[in-house]
Amino acid sequence: MTTTTHPARPGSPPGAGASGTATTAGAKAHARAQHGQVAGIMRHVPPATAPDAPEGVSRESLVWAETVAPGGYTTAVLARGTRVRLTDPVGHACAHVLLHRADAPHERLNVADTVKVPWQAYLGAGHPLLSGFGRVLATVVADTSGRHDALTGTTTREGNQARYGGSAPESAAPAGRELLTLGALKHGLGVRDLPPSISFFQGVRVDPDGAFEWLGSAGPGASVDLLLHVDAIVLLADTAHPLDPRPGFTCSALEVRAWPAAHELGPLAAGELVGPLGPEHLQAIANTDADLKARGVL
Amino acid sequence: MTATVETAEDRVPGATIALVPGAVVLDEHVPARAPWSAVVAAGDVLTIVDLAGNQAVDCLLYSAADTAVRYSAPETIRRQGRIRLTTGSVLRADTGEALMTVVADEVGVHDTLGGACSKESNTLRYGQHTRAQHGCMENFLLEGARHGLSARDLASNINWFMNVPVDPDGALGIVDGLSAPGKRVAVRAEVDTLVLVSNCPQVNNPCNAFDPTPVRMVVTRPGGAA
Repeated sequence: MTTTTHPARPGSPPGAGASGTATTAGAKAHARAQHGQVAGIMRHVPPATAPDAPEGVSRESLVWAETVAPGGYTTAVLARGTRVRLTDPVGHACAHVLLHRADAPHERLNVADTVKVPWQAYLGAGHPLLSGFGRVLATVVADTSGRHDALTGTTTREGNQARYGGSAPESAAPAGRELLTLGALKHGLGVRDLPPSISFFQGVRVDPDGAFEWLGSAGPGASVDLLLHVDAIVLLADTAHPLDPRPGFTCSALEVRAWPAAHELGPLAAGELVGPLGPEHLQAIANTDADLKARGVL
Repeated sequence: MTATVETAEDRVPGATIALVPGAVVLDEHVPARAPWSAVVAAGDVLTIVDLAGNQAVDCLLYSAADTAVRYSAPETIRRQGRIRLTTGSVLRADTGEALMTVVADEVGVHDTLGGACSKESNTLRYGQHTRAQHGCMENFLLEGARHGLSARDLASNINWFMNVPVDPDGALGIVDGLSAPGKRVAVRAEVDTLVLVSNCPQVNNPCNAFDPTPVRMVVTRPGGAA
């Protein structure tokens, strides 16, 4: 039999094209030969196959281990008591974060309540991430960066297009809102389900005149830990902060590790994990726990 | 109950009290603690009158053509470079689109960080005994439902006449307002905009001087006929 096949394009994986993928059997073999590879940017499944785990945490106990591409996004549904560590290994990551309650996603992060209720605009260890229903979705339980932003949101298609000439997820400068929209869509949610988001690792401050001041990052290796109080949908986008003054799109990979730590919820409320919590925070924990107890979860 | 009290500003004709002259297309009195909504057509100007002074007017904006395009505090304050709203502030949707512009302001400071009060958040801020009190979320939910909106559609809001400073250490809070009886702010619609308001019923902080009072909404059409 004589067949005419097209040669593989330059840069195609070995085995692609004429010799390997002209038949279903060849295409299948070619596809299957790609399994088992390890890349710098990937989700490790099962998570125990991650190259590392946080100190004091076994790799076997990890429930989520991933390195998110600069300009990428990821999402997971995590159980109450999960501790999520976000790390900025290189120093240019910016983790845009939204949380929705898994069993009632209309209950979600409310940035206004998150800064107003604890009387504090700047995120740091001990800060509650509140929903709009008087409950706490997560608490920031560790922070080696101190440079975050709860006020100025994420990037938009219009903004990145004007700024960098690209904004789509497949472009060189993906907009945070586009990425978070994709994450939301993966859970059957849509743009109406996207409230203002918070971001970690690129700091913003408000000067006495009310103007914004860009701090940038704390450098390579900073991390922040969130402890979840409810089962939650976590949406994460890693893309340049909207106030980043650098002319070119600048972003580096974001590392995610998560593990069960429900045993820390008690000490957190007791003031033994990050010090004494404010009365508003304690009331939010009480509201959350009362709701879960009424549902038979606690 | 202050809801039906008529003030001197109530008796002034709408065309006179509007900050931007034009034919009066709408002139409504919003009782204390009540919701209000209207579609303000592109080019029309909404004047909000703080009849008794220091009354927070919680406000959500939506593109009338597509309510998924809605006011975003982050987009608005980031693009203007500062946290407070006053004359010249362009009120933007989370897509970046301009919905309205502040065209006149007799106070100089309006908030968009502090969000809306609710029965639920009252329990965190002031104690469980305050859950029974009316809140802005109640107004937003019920008035929004008249326009097909739900909890999913309630995101960041503006608080006209409310004062929320941020200290150098990040401390943020609602402090005594800078408004006074009869002070006004005016916003021009850049696109047909659904304006959803809660005349804030909060009594536990100074946002309403601890006494919710009525406001007046006047829409004028500059250079046009009503």
